[in-house]
Amino acid sequence: MTQLPDGRYVDDAPFDADAGLTTPERADLDAPNALLVWRKFRRHKLGLISGAFLLLCYLLLPVAGFFAPYAPNDRHPDHQYKAPESIRLFHEGSFIGPYIYSVEEVLDMETYTYKYIPDTDTPLPLKFFCLGDQWQVFGLIPSNRHLFCSPTEDPIFLWGSDQLGRDVFSRILYGAQLSLTVGLIGISVSFFFGIGLGSIAGYFGGRIDWVIQRVIEILRSLPELPLWLALSAAVPSNWGPVAVFFIISIILGILDWPGMARAVRAKFLSLREEEFVRAAEMMGAPSGRVIRRHLIPNFSSHLIASATLSIPAMILGETALSFLGLGLRAPAVSWGVMLNDAQNLASIEIYPWLAIPMIPIIVVVLAFNFFGDGLRDSLDPYES
Amino acid sequence: MQLLRYAIYRFGTMLLTLLVVSVLVFAIINLPPGDYISNQINELRATGQASGLAKAEFLRREYSLDKPLWQQYMIWMGFMPGVHGFSGLIQGNFGWSFEFDAPVAEIVGDTLWLTVLVNVAAVLFVYMVALPLGILAAARSKTWIDYSSAFVGYLGLATPNFLLALILFHYGNKHLGLPIGGLMDPAYEGAPMSWGKVQSILGHMIVPTFVIGTSGAAAMMQRLRANLLDELGKPYVETAIAKGMSERRMLIKYPLRMAFNPFVADIGNLLPAMVSGSVLVSVVMGLQTIGPSLLIALKSQDLFLTGFILMFVALLTLIGTMISDVLLVLLDPRIRYEGRDI
Repeated sequence: MTQLPDGRYVDDAPFDADAGLTTPERADLDAPNALLVWRKFRRHKLGLISGAFLLLCYLLLPVAGFFAPYAPNDRHPDHQYKAPESIRLFHEGSFIGPYIYSVEEVLDMETYTYKYIPDTDTPLPLKFFCLGDQWQVFGLIPSNRHLFCSPTEDPIFLWGSDQLGRDVFSRILYGAQLSLTVGLIGISVSFFFGIGLGSIAGYFGGRIDWVIQRVIEILRSLPELPLWLALSAAVPSNWGPVAVFFIISIILGILDWPGMARAVRAKFLSLREEEFVRAAEMMGAPSGRVIRRHLIPNFSSHLIASATLSIPAMILGETALSFLGLGLRAPAVSWGVMLNDAQNLASIEIYPWLAIPMIPIIVVVLAFNFFGDGLRDSLDPYES
Repeated sequence: MQLLRYAIYRFGTMLLTLLVVSVLVFAIINLPPGDYISNQINELRATGQASGLAKAEFLRREYSLDKPLWQQYMIWMGFMPGVHGFSGLIQGNFGWSFEFDAPVAEIVGDTLWLTVLVNVAAVLFVYMVALPLGILAAARSKTWIDYSSAFVGYLGLATPNFLLALILFHYGNKHLGLPIGGLMDPAYEGAPMSWGKVQSILGHMIVPTFVIGTSGAAAMMQRLRANLLDELGKPYVETAIAKGMSERRMLIKYPLRMAFNPFVADIGNLLPAMVSGSVLVSVVMGLQTIGPSLLIALKSQDLFLTGFILMFVALLTLIGTMISDVLLVLLDPRIRYEGRDI
């Protein structure tokens, strides 16, 4: 800054006529789009926590066997319907690390139910990183290590055991592998049809558009669950668990695409008239390239957000189907299959821990909802 | 007059849609390899019961299961004469249930209007809950009312219907003495309509209505809140407040009317979800709607029973959507009569 003889102050920097073009209008818009979205998303605390939680869940799926003390279909015939036991840290006021009490089962001759009397005198510290049943990382690398095991001969049931003496805690961890991936496969199917048909309808218009629109309308006006039920009832009963799993996820996706296709179509209708599309077409780009390179990237973020919001519906769908006995079947383990055991009031009354799988379902669905909401809100960083 | 024309047009498209749906339904029920009768025949062959075999063969011919698929469809719908002339869905013959060995009409019978009743009650519940709560949440946004209703709403969306049913069932009975299971006292089943029966049905409807309606109400409430919030930021609201209008009057007179359209139009999205929910909840709670029959029919590949129930469920949603469309035009004269395009 220099002061001119007449008292005015003048900036020393040379005058740049293009300054208005090179600096952004708003100071906070100085980074690539992805970074801007991230900055905005970061402020959405609930969405951020949910996203981190979901990421952690999916990362841990392949190593579920490490955290689960037993294999999902391991039976302990002598320990049916055992109540959940808790891990304690303090014994008689002093910290001795995680331990459990041994529990004695006594049959109450009046109600014919088992009572569980913990032996509170002798704490049994848990064993960590111990050897146990074999499990596989990614279903490939075998390992025997488990995070924790029972300190005694008796098995440890953190969340109780079911009617065959299987550990509910381990089954929930293994069940997550199927329950959480069903939504991902389903959404891929839905994406495939939704983007494909939606973009064809929106880009070409005319008769194709009319036909696809009518199909969308019809599919959207039908109740999903009865159709899901009917379709999954058609799955032959002699198919293996893996095949059933894939076909169920595909069924879940097949009825979901109309919503996606509609959104894609609406976007295409408005984007089709933009100059950059005209320009691409005039340069001789084929329709496929225009759709893939110029149109879809323009709203892929919106698609991701809406996909995040429709995954929970699929998770709930799988749960409902399996719960009714028409989805995944034993020996496959999913949260819905587990809840099948909690189908009647008697088991809720006497063995309430059989309904524990509903907690991860609710938590995961909520997390997806919050994450999706946060994503949707932060997708447009240019909006103040 | 124009409205009537629109209603007729809308009815016509509904019939067309129904026709497409019937093809879809017929394709779905024929998806599983083998049908009930051929399974039966195989079973009878294995045990060597000749008399049963003859009956199965008779049923097979009686219901034209030996004809090609497209002909079976035409006969089922009543577009083509079967063994006994024209006798299909449109003539009011719903077919034969092999599983129950009785006409489909007899099996579904009472459950049809109970299904309608449960769903109508659930829709009313959704509107009754979502309307005031949505308005309140928008008018007092960012206060504890807003946050707690959002929290309840999220929980309603995230809890699977059938689990909610089990839990409410259990605790409703334990602490509130709400009746368990079914839609009426067993004593009234098959009995003629009476005041006692109506009371019994109403008492039994509380939990199912709540369960079926919750997720719909949550979604509806959030949408109404969002719409209303958009409207509340507009200048005309400021003008209304500036000229001294009371908040309540202003809210109801202007922004609510603007935000109301999607509220009515939404029934098209709401209804399929509701009917889905009611099927599931009926199975869990043992309500005498068509839900449980559908499950049995699907598991035993009972062709005509499944087909009829799927058609009925689809019809229910289509009629609901049609009514909401006509209602929408009635409410908002700005909407074009020739087809809607959102």
